[in-house]
Amino acid sequence: MLQAVGLSCRRGERRLFSDLNVKVEPGTLLAVVGENGSGKTSLLRIFSSLLPPEEGSVLWDGQDIHQLKELYAGQLTYLGHLNGIKDDLTPLENLMSATSLAGEPCSNKGAKEALEAIGLKRPIHHLPSKVLSQGQKRRVTLARLWLSTRPLWLLDEPFTSLDAASTSVVTQRLLAHVQRGGLAVLVTHQEVALPAERLQHLRLVG
Amino acid sequence: MNRSSMWEAVSGIVKRDLLLAMRRRSDAAMSVFFLVIVASLFPLGVGPEPAVLRTIGPGVLWVAALLACLLSLSRVFTADYVDGALEQMVLVPQPLAVLVAGKVFAHWLISGLPVVLLSPLLGLQFGLDGAPLGVLVLSLLLGTPTLSMIGAIGAALVLGVRGSGLLVALLVLPLYVPVLSFGAGAVTGSMAGIGGEANLSLLGASLVLSLFLAPWATAAAIRIALE
Repeated sequence: MLQAVGLSCRRGERRLFSDLNVKVEPGTLLAVVGENGSGKTSLLRIFSSLLPPEEGSVLWDGQDIHQLKELYAGQLTYLGHLNGIKDDLTPLENLMSATSLAGEPCSNKGAKEALEAIGLKRPIHHLPSKVLSQGQKRRVTLARLWLSTRPLWLLDEPFTSLDAASTSVVTQRLLAHVQRGGLAVLVTHQEVALPAERLQHLRLVG
Repeated sequence: MNRSSMWEAVSGIVKRDLLLAMRRRSDAAMSVFFLVIVASLFPLGVGPEPAVLRTIGPGVLWVAALLACLLSLSRVFTADYVDGALEQMVLVPQPLAVLVAGKVFAHWLISGLPVVLLSPLLGLQFGLDGAPLGVLVLSLLLGTPTLSMIGAIGAALVLGVRGSGLLVALLVLPLYVPVLSFGAGAVTGSMAGIGGEANLSLLGASLVLSLFLAPWATAAAIRIALE
């Protein structure tokens, strides 16, 4: 279970939110919504432990994530708004190096299946990533979700530049994840098509 | 977290960086060419007097190696910072310092090792031969990893800063002074017949110290940059 207790966050002079309490139970997805600049990404970065909160703490199964450190990182798949895609590597190489770095190395076959699951066909697997479109690059990043066995997923606007078909494929994947008892926190501007009992909203006002 | 998965993550980083360097050979070649050109300008500039060349040789070659290292430093983390790969590196179940050490090792393989391998050839331009030439190669072999290690701290500190190339030079060059004086001193000592062992030992000690401390300092700087 992921829990935020009394979180507050300041970026520069501006206070983004204060005394924020939220709880994400296993099997549910928290959709963080709000205007641009309301602190959604900052909240996600606090959840990921990249950004220390000004006040308050984030608890994973009751323990502070800044004390768990690497143990917490082992529970987590974080996909930020940057893709982390190397233009000079092929989608296959990008995916395999990202998963091996994350400590979940996958086989060549597994990586190909993940890319196909998200709609990237075989010829694309071996092109340099610089020739891909934004949406295709995004899909290479998101293919990691098909290889991740981590319980907690933190995704920053995963649907940006995706077409309708890919959006629904990713949503299906999210549903499968929460149905297995996983947790997910999503920053998004779109409606997430999940059953209401699996979905929780958090609206940030700037 | 176990040892094999840590090894897997580190070797994965080294392999990826080497693969990237292979795809962008011109980047890696640039700092090597820079070294060759700088080292070749001096004999042309100061004239062909063998005694003068032998005197300035060790210092010039070491300064050139140091500048070549500096030139490639900005590439160590910048690309990863811009495209988000650095965030992923921080959020893995391995200690960041160990991954940083892997990245610095890859940087050394790409930009430091060629310098070591080319140095005998460049040494000949300055009339170095025999034992001093051997000491030059050995001193660079011990010294260039130290340069990469120390440089990585500077490169991590200036992440996200505009005009970081010059800033990193200002930060790192003073820290390079001991390595430079030990390295050039070893070669000069060997030429003077007193042997370079003392300075080589000091270079070795600097390497061990930087291997031990620099990854932690670099990791801390990266975390700050990503906040």
